[in-house]
Amino acid sequence: MLIEAINIERRYPLVTAVENVCLSIEQGEFVAITGKSGSGKSTFLNVIGCLDRPTAGQYLLDGEDTSKLDRNALAHIRNCKIGFVFQQFNLLDRMTAVANVELPLIYAGCERTARLNQAKEALKRVGLADRLYHCPGQLSGGEQQRVAIARALVNSPKLLLADEPTGALDSRTSRELIELLKELNRDGRTILLVTHERAVARHASRIVRFKDGRILS
Amino acid sequence: MTNSDVISSALDALRLHKLRSALTMLGVIIGVAAVIAMMAVGAGARERVLAQIRSLGSNLLVISPGNVTKAGVRLGAGASPTLSDEDALAILSDIPAVEVAAPFISGKHQVVAGSTNWATVINMINPSYLEARDWPLEQGRMFETDELRGGAQVALIGQTLGAKLFSDVDPIGQVLRVGSVPFQIIGLLTKKGQSAFGQDQDDVVLIPLVTGQRLGNRNQVKSRSVGGIYVKVRDGESLSDVQEDVTSLLRQRHRLQAFQDDDFSVRSLADMTAAKEQSVLSLSLLLAAIAGVSLVVGGIGIMNIMLVNVTERTREIGIRLAIGARQFDIMRQFLLEAVMLTVIGGTVGVLAGLGVSYVISQLAEWPLLVEPSSVALALLVAGLIGVFFGWYPARRASKLDPIDALRHS
Repeated sequence: MLIEAINIERRYPLVTAVENVCLSIEQGEFVAITGKSGSGKSTFLNVIGCLDRPTAGQYLLDGEDTSKLDRNALAHIRNCKIGFVFQQFNLLDRMTAVANVELPLIYAGCERTARLNQAKEALKRVGLADRLYHCPGQLSGGEQQRVAIARALVNSPKLLLADEPTGALDSRTSRELIELLKELNRDGRTILLVTHERAVARHASRIVRFKDGRILS
Repeated sequence: MTNSDVISSALDALRLHKLRSALTMLGVIIGVAAVIAMMAVGAGARERVLAQIRSLGSNLLVISPGNVTKAGVRLGAGASPTLSDEDALAILSDIPAVEVAAPFISGKHQVVAGSTNWATVINMINPSYLEARDWPLEQGRMFETDELRGGAQVALIGQTLGAKLFSDVDPIGQVLRVGSVPFQIIGLLTKKGQSAFGQDQDDVVLIPLVTGQRLGNRNQVKSRSVGGIYVKVRDGESLSDVQEDVTSLLRQRHRLQAFQDDDFSVRSLADMTAAKEQSVLSLSLLLAAIAGVSLVVGGIGIMNIMLVNVTERTREIGIRLAIGARQFDIMRQFLLEAVMLTVIGGTVGVLAGLGVSYVISQLAEWPLLVEPSSVALALLVAGLIGVFFGWYPARRASKLDPIDALRHS
């Protein structure tokens, strides 16, 4: 079991965003989480991505209990076990595509030439071999999101998390992006995707519905 | 993350806002320049004072007459001709630590040679004067014994005066007149340079003391009185001990009662240069104050800009945290940017400081002395200011919550 979330709760001073959520995901699955905005799906994804911590419950990633880890240990997990793709791409604007993709490797302590080769490899994998030295501003939305996916993939993480990855893209580029994610899944990567679009969610092998911070069974 | 990665990314960040970075550095630049200038001024001035002490002789005491109290009125030094050449003889014979005691009279007169004239200092001396001042002849000969005894009208001249009066002829054997009295020039002194008080010591005529005393009889009260005595102390003897011995000897010779002030003063060169050093010290203090204030203000400016930086780049920090940067990585990134600012500013400041020091040394006519250690110290101080004032912004950046930072727009 790659992900094992047991009774996860994320409570803020005024609201409880996620309540009593249990979810298990096997290695190699492609799971989509859907729900209206405010249903707690993004908050849950942040907990799964170790960006946030649950206020109660237990979250085991790859058999490791993350609730006991400190900030830096979580950073290490984010760096080598998880790849994150965001709705707003979240690339660094003043860096080239290659430099953006290199970043996780820099924090992993990778040596310069190996880093560069891996980053180029990852960009080739997402079909951007001819855009290596473009800055995000010179790329289309779809291309930027591909760079973000390359960055998420470059450390060969076990888990790829995507928070509304198609939210800022038109329908054609959305379809291409979903195809890319499916391809990556076929290669054996576990993907957990948050979306409110049914058309996107139906490509997943399993759909989990959120409502008011809970999973609808 | 290797060190070169961190440095190049910090440089990139600074390059992004060139003008902002440059303006931020300004405080540090001025501060470091002031540190360098301060040290150079201190070292240059000390060197010049030492050189002046050497040029006059470091083991020299100067005895001046005067300082007489008459009916409660205390006249200043030199007000009364209380010293005589007999005092000099007594000092030499009674105090064994004294190597030379050279009485002299000094005055300013117009001298004439051929069709030119020049106002210069006339020192009336014995040969021991040149010994005390450690001042050899370059050309010609010294006064001879019978010339000294008989009050012959012969003169030695300094380099500057030689150049002023005899620009294209050999001065030896020429005649110059002081008032209506002709003197034959028999020797040319070596170059001595500036005195501790900025006088050109080479603008001078030396004539035998006896000659001077005779010529000056009409306006000197006592025929054997002198304007001062140079005392050269033997090597290894304490200057202040001799100073005390001379004082008590002269008090005894002048029959001064215990309640009476000295009618002379005995000063060493160290006393005379202390005042000079005092003025240099105040210049150094001024520069130190400028340095301190601008380094602190510059540091605060850097802190301010780094806080703006952290706020502007909150989202970037969020992204970096999301892909696995540890607190340490973020802290190091921003701390290094601050240190880069101050070290680059420090380097520019060192260059500016060298320029300022050069100008000051040219104006003050002392050697340009910038020790490598002071450059290293200035750069170290600049780096430390970067660490000190960059710490809080960097810490703040590293403490950001990844989710909050990512949501920041």
